[in-house]
Amino acid sequence: MQNRVGAGIFQPYRNLWKLFQKDEVISEDASWIFRFSPYLIFALTLVIGSGVPFISLHAPDLLNGGISFMPLGDFITLIYLFALATFFLALSGMDIGSGFGGFGSSREMTMAALAEGGLFFSLLAASVAAQTGNVFGMVENLQTLPLQSFSPLIIAFLAFFVALLAENSRFPVDNPATHLELTMIHEAMILEHSGKRLALMEWAAANKLFIFIALGVNIFFPWGVALSLDPGALFASLVFFAVKGGVLLLAIALIESLMAKFRIFRVPDLLFTSFVLGVIALTLIITF
Amino acid sequence: MDFFNSPTSILSIIALFFIGGVGSVFLSRIYADNGKAAGTFAHLAALLASLLGLITAASVLFNGQGIFFTLGTLFSAVSFDFRVDGLSAFFLGIVSIIAAATSLYGLSYQKHFYGKYNVGIFGFFYNALIASLMLVMIANQALFFLLVWECMSLASYFLVVYEFRNAENIKAGFLYFLMAHFGTIFIMFAFFLAYKATGSLDFDAWRNSVGALSPLMRGLIFGSVLIGFGTKSGIIPLHIWLPEAHPAAPSHVSALLSGVMIKTGIFMFVRFFFDFFPGAPMEWGLIFLVLGAISTLLGVLYALSEHDLKRLLAYHSVENIGIILLGFGAGLVFFSLGLETFALFALAAALYHTLNHAIFKALLFLGAGVVVSETGTRHMEDYGGLIRLMPYTAFFFLIGSLAISAFPPFNGFASEWLTFQALFVGISSTSSLVKGVFIFSIASLVFTGGLAAACFVKAFGTTFLARSRSEKVSKAHEGGWPMKVSMGMLALLTVVLGVFSTTVIAALVGVVASMGLIDPLTYRFPFAEFISARDQFANVLPLHAVAMILLVIFLVTASVIMWATRKRKIVIGKTWDCGMPLNSRGEITASSFSRSLITIFRGLLRPTKQTSTEYHDENMRYFIKFQEIRTEIGDPYRQALYGPAHRVLTFVASWARRIQSGNVNLYLSYIFITLIALLWWAAR
Repeated sequence: MQNRVGAGIFQPYRNLWKLFQKDEVISEDASWIFRFSPYLIFALTLVIGSGVPFISLHAPDLLNGGISFMPLGDFITLIYLFALATFFLALSGMDIGSGFGGFGSSREMTMAALAEGGLFFSLLAASVAAQTGNVFGMVENLQTLPLQSFSPLIIAFLAFFVALLAENSRFPVDNPATHLELTMIHEAMILEHSGKRLALMEWAAANKLFIFIALGVNIFFPWGVALSLDPGALFASLVFFAVKGGVLLLAIALIESLMAKFRIFRVPDLLFTSFVLGVIALTLIITF
Repeated sequence: MDFFNSPTSILSIIALFFIGGVGSVFLSRIYADNGKAAGTFAHLAALLASLLGLITAASVLFNGQGIFFTLGTLFSAVSFDFRVDGLSAFFLGIVSIIAAATSLYGLSYQKHFYGKYNVGIFGFFYNALIASLMLVMIANQALFFLLVWECMSLASYFLVVYEFRNAENIKAGFLYFLMAHFGTIFIMFAFFLAYKATGSLDFDAWRNSVGALSPLMRGLIFGSVLIGFGTKSGIIPLHIWLPEAHPAAPSHVSALLSGVMIKTGIFMFVRFFFDFFPGAPMEWGLIFLVLGAISTLLGVLYALSEHDLKRLLAYHSVENIGIILLGFGAGLVFFSLGLETFALFALAAALYHTLNHAIFKALLFLGAGVVVSETGTRHMEDYGGLIRLMPYTAFFFLIGSLAISAFPPFNGFASEWLTFQALFVGISSTSSLVKGVFIFSIASLVFTGGLAAACFVKAFGTTFLARSRSEKVSKAHEGGWPMKVSMGMLALLTVVLGVFSTTVIAALVGVVASMGLIDPLTYRFPFAEFISARDQFANVLPLHAVAMILLVIFLVTASVIMWATRKRKIVIGKTWDCGMPLNSRGEITASSFSRSLITIFRGLLRPTKQTSTEYHDENMRYFIKFQEIRTEIGDPYRQALYGPAHRVLTFVASWARRIQSGNVNLYLSYIFITLIALLWWAAR
C-alpha cells in the first residue's frame, strides 16, 4: 500500500535469536515476580499448546498413557490457564513501578475481563453443539455434524474471532508494533523487559496467537483434522491446517492494514458485541 | 477414636471455649502485663478447641456415624438437642480449620492491642464467637438455635466494635447490629410459621413433616428464610452491613466473619430447602440463581471500585456467596425437575465453594491483617513495595489471590469449574425461562472470573509491588512466626484442595447424599456414578494431572532456558522514567487501575466525581493552591431501599406518638380498654 517492502516471515525468529544472545537490564524496583513471570508465561503457553488439537485428534501422552494431556483440553481449563498467564503478565507490568507498565496492566486486565465473555460463550456454544467439553472431543464430534448445523457456529466463530483479536493485542484493540501511549496494552507491560526475558515474552505472545488460530480453525472449521496417527493422514491434515490457518492469518493481516485502531472506550462495545454473538449462537444451538 | 465420635467430644470443645473465654477475663485482671497472658491463654484455648473440633468433624465424616444427644430442657421450651450429621460435620470442619488458623495467628496479632484495648475482653468474645459458630451448626431445636444464633451475632458485634476509639467502627457496628436483628426477626418468623405448621420446635419433627405444609405456608417460610439468612450471608441487596462491619473487626476476626460466619446462612439454606422441607418448587431455585448471579457480578464490581484493602476483600465475600448460591440454586432447580444426580453435584459444587472460599478468604484477610497492622492504614494508595519487606506475607497473599481468581490448579478453580458444569446442565432444559436464567447465571460467572482477576492484580500489584508510596509503609516488617505458619497452612490447603479435587468432590457428594435425599449407601463415594453422569456433557477434571503437567513443563523449560542463557549477564538499572524524576507519584494507583473498568460499567456503578479547587488569587484563577478530587460510587441501596424504609419508619413512629399525651389518666384508660378486650377475647 505504501510501496514498502516488509521483513521476511522469519524475522520474528531472528529477533528471538538476537534477544537470547543479549545481556539483560532489570529494574532495581523489580521483585521476583518480574524475574519469574516470563518463565511461567512461556511454560504456560507450552502447557496450553499441548492440550489443543493442531493436526491430530490424539492428545499427546507420556509413559504410554501414564500422563495424558487430555485433561488440559477442557475448554474452561484452557481459558483459565490463559487467564493465569495474563495475570502474571499484568503483575510483572506493575512490578517495575513505571506509569507505562501500570497502565498497560490496567488496560490488559480490562480487555481480558471483557473479552472473556465472547471467548467463553463461543467455545461453550461449540461445546454444546458437540456434546463435550473437551476441545479434542469437540473437533471430533463437530466433524460428523451435517453442514446446515454450522450456521450458529459461524456466529460463534465471529464472537471467537473478536476475542482472538483482543486477547492477542491485535488491531483494532491494540497495536502490536508500537510502544506509543495511545496504543499501549501489551507492549507497555513488557517495556522494561530485555534480553532473554523479552524473548520469552515475545515468544509466548506468538505461541498464544498460534494456539488461538488452531482453536479457531479446528473447532469452527473442523474438517481435515486427522483422526488417526497414520503419516499420510497427518500430512494431509497439516496441509489443511496450513490453509485454514493461513486464511485466518490473512484476515487478521487485512484488518491490520485496512482498519484504524479503536479509541480505548470504543473497544468494550466491540467486546460486548462478541459476547452477545456468543450468547446468540448458544441460544440458537439449544433451541434448534 | 470412640472419644471423638461421642457427645463427650462436643462437650469438651464447648468447655474449652468456656475456659478460654472466662480464663482470659480472669487472667487480664490478675496479671498487669497489658493482657499478654490473657490473650495468649484465650487464643491457645481456642486453638486447642478448634483442633478437637476438626478431629471430631473428620471422625463423623469418615465413620459415617453421626453424634446425636440431648442435654435436657429449659422452661420446657428450649431443648438442648445436638445433632452432628454429615452436613453439620462438614460445616463444623470449616469452622474448625479457619478458627485454628486464626487462633494461631492471633497469638502474634494480639500484641497490637497491648495497653490500648482490654485483651481479656477480646479473648472472651473471641471464644464466645467460635463456640457459638460451632453450636449454630449442631443445634437441633429452634429455640436453642435462636439462642446460639443470638450469641453469635452479639459476640461478633462486640468484636466489630472492639477497637472502639475509632468512631467509624462504632458506626459500622451499629449498622451490623441493626441488620443482624432485622435478619433475626425473619428467622424467628420462619421458625414460628414452621411451629404453626408442624406443631413442634424440634428440627427432627420438621424433617418428618413431609407433605404437612400447605404451599402458601411453605412459600412464607421459604421467603422468611431467604431474607433472614440472606441478611447474614450478605446477598445483594441485604449486604450493606458486610463491607462496613467485616473490615472494622480485628483482621483475624474479619477472617472468621468473612470466611465462616456468612456461611451459617448457606448452611441454613441447605437445611431448610433440602433437609427440613425438601421439594421446593422450581421457582425458588430460579430466585436463588438470579440473586446469586446479581450478587456475584455486582459484588466483584464494587470490590473493583474499592481502595480500602479490607473492604475490597469484604466485597469479594459478597461475590463468592453469589457463586455458592449459583450452585445451590441450580441444585434446587434440578431437584424439583427430578434430576437428582445433577442436583447432588450442583449442591456439592456449592459446598465445595463454601469450603474453598472460607480457606482462601481467611488467608487473604490474614495477609491483609499483617499489611494493615504493620503499615497502620487500610488505604491501598499508601502501600507499595511490600514484597521486599514482607516476602512471606506477599507470597501467601499471592497464593490466596490466585485461588480466589479461580486459576488452575488452585481450589477456587475446582469449585468454579464444578459450578460451571452444574450450570451447563441447566441450559439443556426444555423451559425457555429456565434456559434464560441459566445462561444469565453462566454469563455473570464468566465475567466475574475476569473481573476478579483484574481486581486481584490491582490488590496485589498496588500493595506489594513497585515502590512504597508512603514513609510509614517503607518501614513495615514481616509478621511473627505464628502469622507465617497460619497463613502457610491455609495456602497449602488451597493447593491441596485444588489438586485433589476429584477426591474432594466425591466426598462432598457423599456429604450431600447423607442428608437422606437419596439412599446414602449407593452415594457414599459415587465416583463411577459421577463419571457416567458427566460423560454426556463434559469430561471430569483431574486437576492433579493438570498440576503435574504444569509443574513438569515449567521446571523443564525454565531450566533449559536458564542453562542455555547462563552466560548472559544481568545489569541492574533504573526503571525508564521518560526524563521525569522517578518517584512513587509516577506509579499507577489502585483507583486509576480500575478507573477504566468503572467507566465501562458506569451504568451499573454510577460513579461520581467532585472537584474542588482553591486558587492563590480568587480573582485571577491561574495558580492553583490546592485541588481535591473525590470519586465515589453510587449507592442505590441506601438511596432507593433503606432511605425510603427509614423515612416510612420515622413517619409511622411520629404518627404513633400521638397516642402518648403524657396524661396518666389516658394511659390508665388504655390499660383498662386492653383488659376488657382481652377478657372478651378469652371468654369468647
